[in-house]
Amino acid sequence: MNKRVIISGVGGQGILLASDILSDVCLKAGFDVKKSEVHGMSQRGGNVVSHVVFGEKVYSPLISEGDADVILSFEKVEALRNIDFVKKDGVMIINDLEIYPLPVSCGLADYPKNPIGEIKEHLKNVIVINGQEEAEKLGNIKVMNVILLGVLASHLDIDKDAFIQTIREKVPQKTIDLNLKAFDVGYNYKG
Amino acid sequence: MKELLSGNEAVARGAYEGGLHFAVAYPGTPSTEILENISKYKEIRSQWAVNEKTSMEIGLGASFGGAKTLIAMKHVGLNVAADPFFSIGYIGARGAIVIVTADDPGMHSSQNEQDNRNYARSAKIPMFEPTDSQETKEFVKIALGISEEYDTPVIIRITTRICHSKSIVEFNDRKEFPIKGYEKNVRKNLILPAHARILHKKAEERLIKLREYSNNFKYNTIEYNDKKIGIITSGISYQYVKEAMPNASVLKIGFSWPLPDKLIREFADNVETLYVVEENDPFMETEIKAMGINIIGKDIIPITNELNPRIVKEAFKTVEPFAPLDIKEKAPIRPPALCPGCPHTSVFRAINKLKLIATGDIGCYTLGALPPLSAMDTCVDMGASIGNAFGIEISQPKSDARKIVAVIGDSTFYHSGITGLIDVIYNKGKITLIILDNSITAMTGHQDNPGTGKTLMGEDTVKMDLKKLVEGLGIKHVYEINSYELEGVEELIKRETNRDEPSVIIARNPCVLLPEIRKKPKDKYRVDPDKCTGCQLCVKLGCPAISFDKSTKKASISEQYCVGCTLCVQSCKFDAINKIEGSL
Ligand SMILES: Cc1ncc(C[n+]2csc(CCOP(=O)(O)OP(=O)(O)O)c2C)c(N)n1
Repeated sequence: MNKRVIISGVGGQGILLASDILSDVCLKAGFDVKKSEVHGMSQRGGNVVSHVVFGEKVYSPLISEGDADVILSFEKVEALRNIDFVKKDGVMIINDLEIYPLPVSCGLADYPKNPIGEIKEHLKNVIVINGQEEAEKLGNIKVMNVILLGVLASHLDIDKDAFIQTIREKVPQKTIDLNLKAFDVGYNYKG
Repeated sequence: MKELLSGNEAVARGAYEGGLHFAVAYPGTPSTEILENISKYKEIRSQWAVNEKTSMEIGLGASFGGAKTLIAMKHVGLNVAADPFFSIGYIGARGAIVIVTADDPGMHSSQNEQDNRNYARSAKIPMFEPTDSQETKEFVKIALGISEEYDTPVIIRITTRICHSKSIVEFNDRKEFPIKGYEKNVRKNLILPAHARILHKKAEERLIKLREYSNNFKYNTIEYNDKKIGIITSGISYQYVKEAMPNASVLKIGFSWPLPDKLIREFADNVETLYVVEENDPFMETEIKAMGINIIGKDIIPITNELNPRIVKEAFKTVEPFAPLDIKEKAPIRPPALCPGCPHTSVFRAINKLKLIATGDIGCYTLGALPPLSAMDTCVDMGASIGNAFGIEISQPKSDARKIVAVIGDSTFYHSGITGLIDVIYNKGKITLIILDNSITAMTGHQDNPGTGKTLMGEDTVKMDLKKLVEGLGIKHVYEINSYELEGVEELIKRETNRDEPSVIIARNPCVLLPEIRKKPKDKYRVDPDKCTGCQLCVKLGCPAISFDKSTKKASISEQYCVGCTLCVQSCKFDAINKIEGSL
């Protein structure tokens, strides 16, 4: 069976880089893989979504409503926005972070009080992690994405070594150890 | 070697392997990365043109000279290039001509979802529609071959989900071809009516041969399965069909103009009920119905928006209609916005305050139309702001005439603003044109343009002097202003819109996302809550770094996002916004 993963968040958060790493990992692990995303308007602070599908033979790069096995959202409201895409028995991994959209920051709309609570009412498997806090503990806020990727990795049937090898190739030489440590924090996270 | 490539990267790889000599384009989502990736291959000369029409003409010229040429554009770009495009349909191709059109079903970043397959039919030009990156690469190579073999330009039609999806591609080596060289041939290259009558006949004859080619094309394939349902499909829709209807028989069309008539009849004869699944227009459906074949298409497949596997399943009633959860309605919209410190901001704040009629154009600055700036009345197509403003001026009764400005970006002005401005001067218009010069083509991801002094391949070149250019057209009142002077910008716009002559304001500062600007150390600012009166003047700038707390009635600035442009400092009447000392 193919696995379908959605990564969502806000422009500038590194969503596309994370999904690039994931799809490279899938390729390394010997799967057929496709990934789909939209460039353009979305990058000016709009929401960003990337789809990754892998398995023996993948046709559609695009994931339909109700078909995602795992959603990793880098931001809370973006998790809520994409709730329709996750399967009933699927997993949602949510970074406990609020980024206000412009209509909220200029007082034209409200940020929902408890998006995670709302999601939990509809979905059994919700994992919440405070990525910034975990990254700060490692002394570098920039590794938040790798921590989140680690959490995602622990919910996919892919050899962990494929992740480690890809991270080694993708990050600057000096930061390899830090990034591998960050990945482990996510991988071993029990939310 | 195997790699994950996007459709756009695959076009570039195919061009490289197929021995391309020259590539030209004007950027436009979702096509932009095609040229950006071709430019990495030093064997191919590649360049940005000022618009799609000049791209097409330069490309044709290169083909006259015997070079294998690729011209890429987004779907609406082909409207701009339509004039030479139709001529090329008659002239043909001495050096190969591959025209890539990147359509945008779903309008992820476009103003319409026109289906450019219709252009292939009306211009009598053959067309390929790949279903993934591997096919995209192969089809570009094949297209380079048949273009010269059949003496025809060839269209590769891809869509956002091909352009921006990655799938696995196998690499091959490049084949080198010599450039054939120029040869005078007026009967072919000079399309007077007398020549064109003959060329039109040839074009029709060529299509008959190409229909045979299509019938034998190895990527037009029948995959028989359960024969109760037979589905004809092409492009990305093929992938949706295979996922949604794994048991159906499928005729995959990789070469969709001219359509493979024999193959379609064979398939129709062998299945019980025939369907066509295609995004947007009933392009194949209309043709197949005209062949006298019963086929179901748009009766069950939506004509608007892009498709996905679920829509296909619902159309064939293999699943219940999807019931969306209403909790997602609680997620506030997250529209794209001008960046913190965007140099376009001050102009829109002034337009809003002065209550001007503002005709707009296409670029990052179109975001000035969104609240709270709400400073744009129209957006039609690239370059339209100037003609639109002039037309409004003409139609306004003198008695209650409101002041009008046209707002355009630098790249858009070079693309197609200059001609509109000549119209204004020639016909005694009085509008004020504001050129937002951020020294880059920002919206599509920072491409160089004639104002940047760099070419696509990274060479230094002449840097257009915008002020001299505009003065040269005959505009007497041309003013350059630092766009971070909030009051100065407003005063200048006020003065010039009151003038009884046409004028041009060039509002300048580089895009804040440019790497050299990003790298600079920046002051950070914060709101002093004791001094903040909650007047929200700063909030009206629409800066994503500024937020307003409704309960405390105080504004605040996100230190993370602030780039120190000081527009909010200048807007505050209470000195409540101050530099964070040592923040540099
Ligand atoms: C005919 C056509 N070609 C290309 C595009 C894609 N496109 C949209 S905006 C834009 C460039 C805008 O650049 P500029 O005018 O400099 O404004 P900026 O985004 O830098 O503010 C392009 C190329 C389009 N919409 N229409």
